[in-house]
Amino acid sequence: MNLTFREAMLTFKRAPLLSVLSVTTIAFSLFVLGLFGLVVVNLQDALHGVEERVEVVAYLLPGAPIEATAQALKDIEAFPEVQSATYVSEDDALARARAELVELRDVMQELERNPLPASIEVKLKPGFRDTDHVSAVAERLRGFGFVDDVRFGRDWVEKLDRLRGLAAAVGIVVGAAFAVVAIIIIGTTIRMAVLQRSREIAIMRLVGATDGFIRRPFLLQGAIKGLLGGGVAIGLSFAAYLLINRYLLQSAFFTQEQAAAIVAFGAVIGLVGSAMSVGRHLKRV
Amino acid sequence: MIKFTNVFKAFPKGGLALKDVSFHVAKGEFAFLTGHSGAGKSTVMKLIYAEERPTSGDVRVSGYNVNEMRPREVPLLRRKLGIVFQDFRLLEDRTAEENVAFALEVTGARSSTIPARVMRVLTQVGLAAKAQAYPRELSGGEQQRVAIARALVNEPTVLLADEPTGNLDERATRGVFQLLRDINASGTAVVMATHDLDLVRQAPYRVIELQEGALVYDSSVDEARDQATGGGP
Repeated sequence: MNLTFREAMLTFKRAPLLSVLSVTTIAFSLFVLGLFGLVVVNLQDALHGVEERVEVVAYLLPGAPIEATAQALKDIEAFPEVQSATYVSEDDALARARAELVELRDVMQELERNPLPASIEVKLKPGFRDTDHVSAVAERLRGFGFVDDVRFGRDWVEKLDRLRGLAAAVGIVVGAAFAVVAIIIIGTTIRMAVLQRSREIAIMRLVGATDGFIRRPFLLQGAIKGLLGGGVAIGLSFAAYLLINRYLLQSAFFTQEQAAAIVAFGAVIGLVGSAMSVGRHLKRV
Repeated sequence: MIKFTNVFKAFPKGGLALKDVSFHVAKGEFAFLTGHSGAGKSTVMKLIYAEERPTSGDVRVSGYNVNEMRPREVPLLRRKLGIVFQDFRLLEDRTAEENVAFALEVTGARSSTIPARVMRVLTQVGLAAKAQAYPRELSGGEQQRVAIARALVNEPTVLLADEPTGNLDERATRGVFQLLRDINASGTAVVMATHDLDLVRQAPYRVIELQEGALVYDSSVDEARDQATGGGP
């Protein structure tokens, strides 16, 4: 192991330019992956925020009996999907409309009669904020006699679902594509290293080194390059994150675990790339 | 020790590198392999260290059957052989000592035993004082001595030398040849490919001559025949 490590390190010493080049290319491909990862992380956060606002609103018929409404509130809160149910009276609705719809404030002031119905706003628990559950809850709310209409923005919820699916799919595809690119790049640098050291490899073979022994330093070298590339990519992503935060918009960075996973992923693709390359090229030396 | 039986070897692009070659080199023997360039000397060497496989016929070396060897047995065979080339094949960025130690390290020798074993063979080839020198700081003869030390350090039963004096001046040639003779005298079989006929005439060793891939002369066979017929040359 000691010898393997020494031989792997020798390559960095002997071909510093090639090593820097390969670490840099790996770093950049992982950086692109990292940037996309940041987009996904932030999109997830944003989706989460939007999801929180997914609610079902049941508009009540005018003059709905207050006792029945109170009882209904309790029943609704007992639904397994429901996080909270809030009663909004006609007056509350008007006050809120005045506060939120600034443009229409003048119109609102001049109203002689409150046109807004009372409503029950139902928030769902996390995990139930998708189309199926939302529809099911809406359906049950319609069952109450004093409910006039139920709105939950079906399109909105469905779009959210699709967006989430799309983000995951694009993430997987782009991630896989860049992993392949990084593997090819590492394979190429290992190929160069093998060719560069072909004389040494031939001598190792002559004195009776096994193929496994010859291969090991290259694998270690690939893993180290991947690791370094991953580290640099995280650094670059962090710099990008700082810039975005400062000049564009407030965003989130990877958690420590996510960052560690990217670096580890770098090491894995370094290992895979060198393993795929070294066996093939050792045969030709 | 080394036994070729009716060995044929075809070139990849057609034609025969070796035609029906049979010979046997016994333990502790010194044999010259002679012939013009392209006569097949290097092919014989490559078959011995299992770099190539015979197209037909049988090659046996130190208990291994080269025809049927599995790839992972090849390193094990090579650890029983010492191999020396015309172009030395030293690693330029390592000292003489490191070049020799390298041969032990790659075979997984215990690291505590390496320095002493390396110094012993460097002393044997007369280069103990230049252990820290890099190949470029050494003369051709000295570089070949380092290569021989590297070949010896695993205590091989056979030393293969493919034109070991081909790049050396006359004085260095004599020195390296004497070293090979000393090594043989201590019990290691030596197979030396060379086209230096002066060298061949100097020593009373067996001569195997190849011509266009065929074995045309083997002094031990002639000696045996001479002994059998009771006659002399």
